[in-house]
This record gives sequence, structure tokens and C-alpha cells, in this order.
Amino acid sequence: MSFERTQEKLKILADAAKYDVSCSSSGSNRKNSNKGLGDASGMGICHSYTEDGRCVSLLKILLTNYCIFDCAYCVTRKSNDIKRAAFKVQEVVDLTINFYRRNYIEGLFLSSGIFKSADYTMERLVAVAKKLRLEENFNGYIHLKSIPGASDELMREAGLYADRLSVNIEIPTESGLKRLAPDKNREDFIKPMVKVKNEIIQYKAEKKVIKSTPKYAPAGQSTQMIIGASGENDFQIMQTSNHFYKQFNLKRVYYSGYVPISYDERLPQIGSAVPMLRENRLYQTDWLMRFYGFDVSEILNQQHQNLDLDIDPKLSWALRNLHEFPVDVNTADKRMLARIPGLGMRSVHKILNARRFRRLNWEHLKKIGLALNRAQYFIVCDSHIFERRDLSSEKIKGLILQNSTSKYQKTLSNQLSLFA
Amino acid sequence: MKHKNLRYDGTFDGFLTAVFTVFEQKLTQVDLQKESDLQGGLFSEIEIIITDESKANRVWKGIKSKLSPQGSYQLYYAFLSEQDGVEALLLDYITYAFASDENVDKDYSHPSILKIAQIAKMVGREKHRMEAFVRFKLTKDDVYFANIEPDFNVLPLISKHFKNRYADQKWMIYDIKRQYGLYYDLQTVSLMQMYLPKDFNFTKTDENYFAAEDLDFQTLWQDYFKSTNIASRKNMKLHVRHVPKRYWKYLSEKQPN
Repeated sequence: MSFERTQEKLKILADAAKYDVSCSSSGSNRKNSNKGLGDASGMGICHSYTEDGRCVSLLKILLTNYCIFDCAYCVTRKSNDIKRAAFKVQEVVDLTINFYRRNYIEGLFLSSGIFKSADYTMERLVAVAKKLRLEENFNGYIHLKSIPGASDELMREAGLYADRLSVNIEIPTESGLKRLAPDKNREDFIKPMVKVKNEIIQYKAEKKVIKSTPKYAPAGQSTQMIIGASGENDFQIMQTSNHFYKQFNLKRVYYSGYVPISYDERLPQIGSAVPMLRENRLYQTDWLMRFYGFDVSEILNQQHQNLDLDIDPKLSWALRNLHEFPVDVNTADKRMLARIPGLGMRSVHKILNARRFRRLNWEHLKKIGLALNRAQYFIVCDSHIFERRDLSSEKIKGLILQNSTSKYQKTLSNQLSLFA
Repeated sequence: MKHKNLRYDGTFDGFLTAVFTVFEQKLTQVDLQKESDLQGGLFSEIEIIITDESKANRVWKGIKSKLSPQGSYQLYYAFLSEQDGVEALLLDYITYAFASDENVDKDYSHPSILKIAQIAKMVGREKHRMEAFVRFKLTKDDVYFANIEPDFNVLPLISKHFKNRYADQKWMIYDIKRQYGLYYDLQTVSLMQMYLPKDFNFTKTDENYFAAEDLDFQTLWQDYFKSTNIASRKNMKLHVRHVPKRYWKYLSEKQPN
């Protein structure tokens, strides 16, 4: 292949792919059992980090940025006047193998603009993965994008070679989608997702009976939503997210703060800030839902449609539910310990382990490394000293904010000054 | 009782042999030192320890029977940190473990155990970083070559990872600081010394030694690294926390061009 040509294509097609957030390379179980190249059985590895602090684990590129759709939020939309390029199947294979052999990457994340038709595009994505697996004996991680509207047969084949599949629903509500991407409809996104979900269920069932059942998307499927492009509130976003986790057994939903890329009047203008803090609060909520035993309606509901920016969602929930506190760390169950503001699951386990040997007081809690700045207002332990004042929610919030500096201080003051 | 100074050859087996000697001679006042650390105690008697695999194995077997697999691994990790005084901590830990009836590796109120756990964690992080930051360059002899300069002696820990992953290519990872490397010949991984030309520059890709195409792939990788960055989300503080500056020297994507 001509070096200059490949170089130019790579620049264009990596640049266009960078808005896909997922870079996970863990969760698969593909071992290097054929003495081939690569192993995707361990934990994920971030081989580098870009200057925006995001991890570089996979070679993340589009097969092509030619696209027949005209979605307003997308940089490769048909009407956008940009350089277009397309990789040949073999070029992607060569790049992946050569990057992998040099320990630059954990594998490939291949997406694409839609050219001709959904199936035509999906076929080429599958061809890359198939070639890597069958001709190059490649056991590294492969993440393929499921193209909306792709046929069941192709989705079945895709899962046989890929570790993870994903479809981005992009816009959290159907009405938003209609406004910004009039050529697309939600059914097209859902169709491949349903197929992959069913295949995974079937694979897991068959695997129990026949050990040699060929793997099907062992790292599951994920999706992504753009935040701050179409005016949804956090309640709507997390409702959608919750729906997808439950209905499609997704491994992850990613939230991507909208990076302005056009002067379209329907969207935030170029130069407006990326809502990174809001993105962070949504991820915190996502974690509370998946690992901390919260129901999404406890955090976001008709009364509280948006997350606070100045405090984290768990603290915010606690301040609205002071009747649940204080919690006694020596007797409370795991569920309630996980609800104490400022404590992560790691701290919860530390408490559970430590309290088997002795009753815990403030000294113990500090020694095992708990962060008490927030937690102190919500717990009692084996000590006579505890918060005795009957503090109101606002008072507690004030005390906590006084004694802490957020790493988002700069962002916060910027955002507040907007409304001042 | 006289103070004794045991000198071992710097290997883990050597260290375990020294531990064996401590128990055999029932020494209470003792220093364990590598031969290379020339720091004689003025009033102590020096004994050179000759590494004995069977003695070392006996001690290691004893340790494994007293601790969880994680606990015994922590001892090995901490040993590889090569930190000053780590031998004394290890000996204290091992003595305590042998004296107790139960498994002590979670007893963090014991100062040596806490300290060893912390050191082992640092070594574990360095191991993981090296699995990420190794950058192979293809030599003219078809061997993928990488050089590293890790804070701790992690080559023995990363060997299995690279063997599993790169089973179909010859590779070599060289530790510049400790002047030895791993070499995989498509069958097994072995430790090796390397004699490099005097003018060999570890940060450059000299065309006398490396395949011409390698520079192409380095360029492509650098381009990719730049293209995949989102400028409007720039966050250098986070970047440097994930990729500390001391590792930039050998990362192809961080080379000025």
C-alpha cells in the first residue's frame, strides 16, 4: 500500500471516529489458544492517553466517512463539506495487525458511515473482522458497530468474529431524533440490538450443553447517547438509559457531551462549551444504578428532572432523604452502607471486613482510608462524638461545599456566571 | 549475640537462602544485603550466602503454606521493588507469618505487613504500566525489540503476559537500567544479557538496525494519536496523571517530530 495515501486516510478516518466514546477492551474471554497473535482474555489495557485525558486502547477508525444520511449532530453528515475517504478491507487489517504487533493497541474498533445501504456497509465491517480472525489468527479485541437496519444474518455473523457490538442511539428521545436525523428511525437501531441480544442469550444457553459452541460477542453490546444536543433533561436521558439496560441487557451506555461541529441552528453553536461536568454527573448516576442498588426513579423523577451540578447525585439524594440517616456503620446492611454519601463500594467492603474484628470508631474509619468529608454528617459509629445539631439539608450542603474544592471549580463558576 | 551481615547474590532464590540461614542459625540481629550494595556494618560479622535452590524452595514452600496465594505473591512483588530496606521488612513479615497459627496476610495493623502490601501495590502498578507502555520496533532480523526503564524490576512479572499475547512473533524487551532482557524465540522466554554497540541510541530508530517500514508505522501511530484527540476537551493534568512524564522518553507517540 502506498504510505502517503494510507497516512491521509488514517488522519481523516480517525478524526471522524473520535466522537465514539467507548474504548473498553475488557470483558472478553478470547484466549490465544491457536498460537496466533493476541489475547483478549485479561483486563483491558490503556496503551496511551490523548491530551484530553481519554484512554487509547483500540484503533478507533471509520471504514469510510462517505454517508447517505444527513444527521445534524454528526460530523460525517452528507451535507457537510469535508474530505472523504474510504479504507479497503485489507488496509484496515494491515494497520490493525501492525499496530498490535508493536503493542500500540488492544485491538480494533471499527465503525463506518453508511454508503449504499445498511447491509452493504455491515458486510464490509464483518469482512474485516472475519479476515482478522480467520486469515491472521488474530485473538485481540474487536468492537464492531452494528449498522442500523442491518439484516439478522449479518448480525449473526458479526457476533461470531467480534467481541463487542454496539449501536449508538445518539439522541435520547424519539422526537429529538426526528428533528435532528429525519432519515433515521428508532426501529432501525433497535432491530440489530434485538438480534444480538437474542443471539447472546442463545449462545449462553447452548454453551452450557456444548462446550465448543463458537463464541458470540463475548463482551456484550453497548450504546451511546449525545448529551446536550437536543434539549433533553437528565430525567429523560436516564429513563432511556435504564430502559436500554433492562430491555437489551447492555454492558454499557456511554454519555458523550456534545462537541459543537456545525452552525446548524437546531444545535449548540461552535465555540460553546462541551458539557463535561453534566456528562460526569450522568456517569455517576449510571454507576449508582448499576452498582449501588439505586433505582433510577430515586435519583431522577418528575420532581427532580435535572442533576445538581455542584454536588454529586448520591449526596443530592441523601439531602432529600434525611429521614434515612444517620446510618450506624457497625450494624447497617450493605445496601444502606452503599447509600452513604462519599463512600464508594470499595469503602463499603472495607467497613464490612473491618467490623468483623472490632466495633469501629472514627479513628478506625480514618485509618482504613474512608473519606469522611461528606460521610460524617450521615453516620454514627462507636463513639460519643457525632453530629448532634439538627442540621437542615441546605446547612449540610453548605458545610460540605465550604470544606471541599471541586476539581470542576473552574467549570462550575463558568456555568454559574451564565445565569448570574 | 553478635550482629551478622548476610550477603546474597541479589536473586530471589539467594534471598530465600539467606532467610533459611537466618532460621538455621537462629539469628536475631541480622542484616540481609545484596553483594552489590557495598555497605559493611563496622561491627558485624559478614557471611556470604551461596544460593541453594533446595533451601530456597523449602522456605518458599513454607511461606506458601502459611499465606494465601495473594499473600505470597505480595512478598515476591515487594522483593522486586529493590527498595532500600525491603529485605528487613520481608524478613520481619516472614518471621511473623511462621510464628502465627493463622494466615496473617490481611493483618494490616502489623506495620511490616501494611508496608509490604503498599510496596507490592506500587510494583503491581508498574507492571501494568509496562504492559501498556512497551513499544516494539521491528529489527532487520525480524525481532520485535523494545527497551524500558521501569522504576522496579518488573521484567519477571510481565514475561507471561507478552508470551501469551505475542506467541507468533520473536520479541525482546530490554531493561536499560538493570541491563538485562527477555527474549522469546517462538518457543520459550529466556533471560539474556545484551551487547549493544557503543553508539546505540535507545530513543532513536537507527536504520542500520531497524526495518525501514518501522518508521512508517511509528509515523502512522503518531498521526493516529493526534487525530483521535478532541482539542476542545483538552485536559493536560489528566493526561500527565495517566502518562507520567518519566515514561515519555520511549513512547513513540510522545516523540517530537
